[in-house]
Amino acid sequence: MKTPTKLFMTATAVHAMLDGLARELAAHLDARGIEAPPIVGIHSGGVWIARALAERLGERAANEAIGELDISFYRDDFTRIGMNPQVRPSKLPFELDGRDIVLVDDVLHTGRTVRAALNELFDYGRPRSVTLAVLITRAGRQLPIQADVAGLEPRVGDDEHIILRGPQPLELYLGERGDKARAE
Amino acid sequence: MDPLDNRQLQLRDDGRLRHFLTIDGLGRELLTEILDHAESFAGVNERMVKKVPLLRGKVIANLFFENSTRTRTTFELAAKRLSADVVNLNIGASATAKGETLLDTLRNLEAMHCDMFVVRHPSSGAAHFIARHAAPYVSVINAGDGRHAHPTQAMLDVFTIRREKGDFSRLRVAIVGDILHSRVARSQILALNRLRVGELRIVAPRTLIPEEARSLGVHVFHDIHEGLRDVDVIIMLRLQRERMHGARLPSEHEFFQRYGLTGERLALARPDAIVMHPGPINRGVELDSAVADGAQSVILKQVGYGIAVRMAVMSMALGPDAAREAS
Repeated sequence: MKTPTKLFMTATAVHAMLDGLARELAAHLDARGIEAPPIVGIHSGGVWIARALAERLGERAANEAIGELDISFYRDDFTRIGMNPQVRPSKLPFELDGRDIVLVDDVLHTGRTVRAALNELFDYGRPRSVTLAVLITRAGRQLPIQADVAGLEPRVGDDEHIILRGPQPLELYLGERGDKARAE
Repeated sequence: MDPLDNRQLQLRDDGRLRHFLTIDGLGRELLTEILDHAESFAGVNERMVKKVPLLRGKVIANLFFENSTRTRTTFELAAKRLSADVVNLNIGASATAKGETLLDTLRNLEAMHCDMFVVRHPSSGAAHFIARHAAPYVSVINAGDGRHAHPTQAMLDVFTIRREKGDFSRLRVAIVGDILHSRVARSQILALNRLRVGELRIVAPRTLIPEEARSLGVHVFHDIHEGLRDVDVIIMLRLQRERMHGARLPSEHEFFQRYGLTGERLALARPDAIVMHPGPINRGVELDSAVADGAQSVILKQVGYGIAVRMAVMSMALGPDAAREAS
């Protein structure tokens, strides 16, 4: 059953939240003594958020292109749903070995996407650390994965999904199961 | 077999790929999807860990009734990079010439819980035959059957063209050599036309062009100098030495004189034209060593792209387990 999605947060509110998230991330990196980490976003919403964060972090982030991960080859539901027809190449245009990485996604829900992303990252190299930054964290975790920094933790029902639309403008929508373009 | 039958045999009810036997019957969208997936897999081949866990737990059997080191190796590497387990069976064609024996082989492999058969066979239609008789959860990939088809080779060739030259509609492509005996050429022609290449030429002596050539949507040239003029892509075919005894050609030497690719002839094509060959190359028969190893040759790149394309086809055909769950 498909119901129309409704606007959850306007572009202005998302931008304000990104400002706060960038500040929190910078403070977190300071506290951990991490300098200028490269940023990696998970397709597609995570890449948009990664870009927005890199812009706001300026020199606090590495002066390198944003990494882009498409985790389609690492999903745990491949045998159920088959190949994602919209898979794009992952791009990690820098060395990972020994570096501190910031991994970015839009919504942290079950944790399965982040699990897949970590597996993929480690096939590119052995980072010294991975910091997880997400725009939204919500209930419904199925794996022991938590964000280091998050923009917001809204209360949403089990059947509801938060969807980021973008890249311009970046807006958050609330929809019911089945609306979601990328299953978490 | 008509395109509709080929479509039905190769696709699942939801339109997804089940078997990959021939380009015939497959739409432009599906071919493009294969190329797009291959693009993603090409990245995997350049990483530290050249492997993704997509087909973990699947078993793929390479059934080679005809020798082919390169094709078998790239299929094997493709399967391994997808984390599947691979068994290689080189089966002497003479021992299994009868259909009954082939089916017995099939049943045995099914009993070993193989999920996919990659089939290379000297008889046209062998992969179709196996696909028709395979258990519902088994996928079949044609790795070359007789003179009929070699669809993964054609897909890696069009992938090479797209990667090196871009948009098909602006391109002029010439296929040169023994078209008549070539399953590769047949599949290439189907794929390039389906992907709407600008102009497709075949360049060959009259004796090495199939009768139906003019209905294939190609321009036929018998003179290589005319055929290569202003082309963007030159695909040289292997001269099938083993099939040359049929006296269709006087000698390899004469073939090279009339159809071999030399630097001089290459200069007739566009200055940025690429030279392709499915391999193994016969130096001094189909092309000069200087051309084969020259700056415009992408022959070795084709080999690498072949792995990515085969990864794409295998993962698409072995997707959802619906058939297995239902059975």
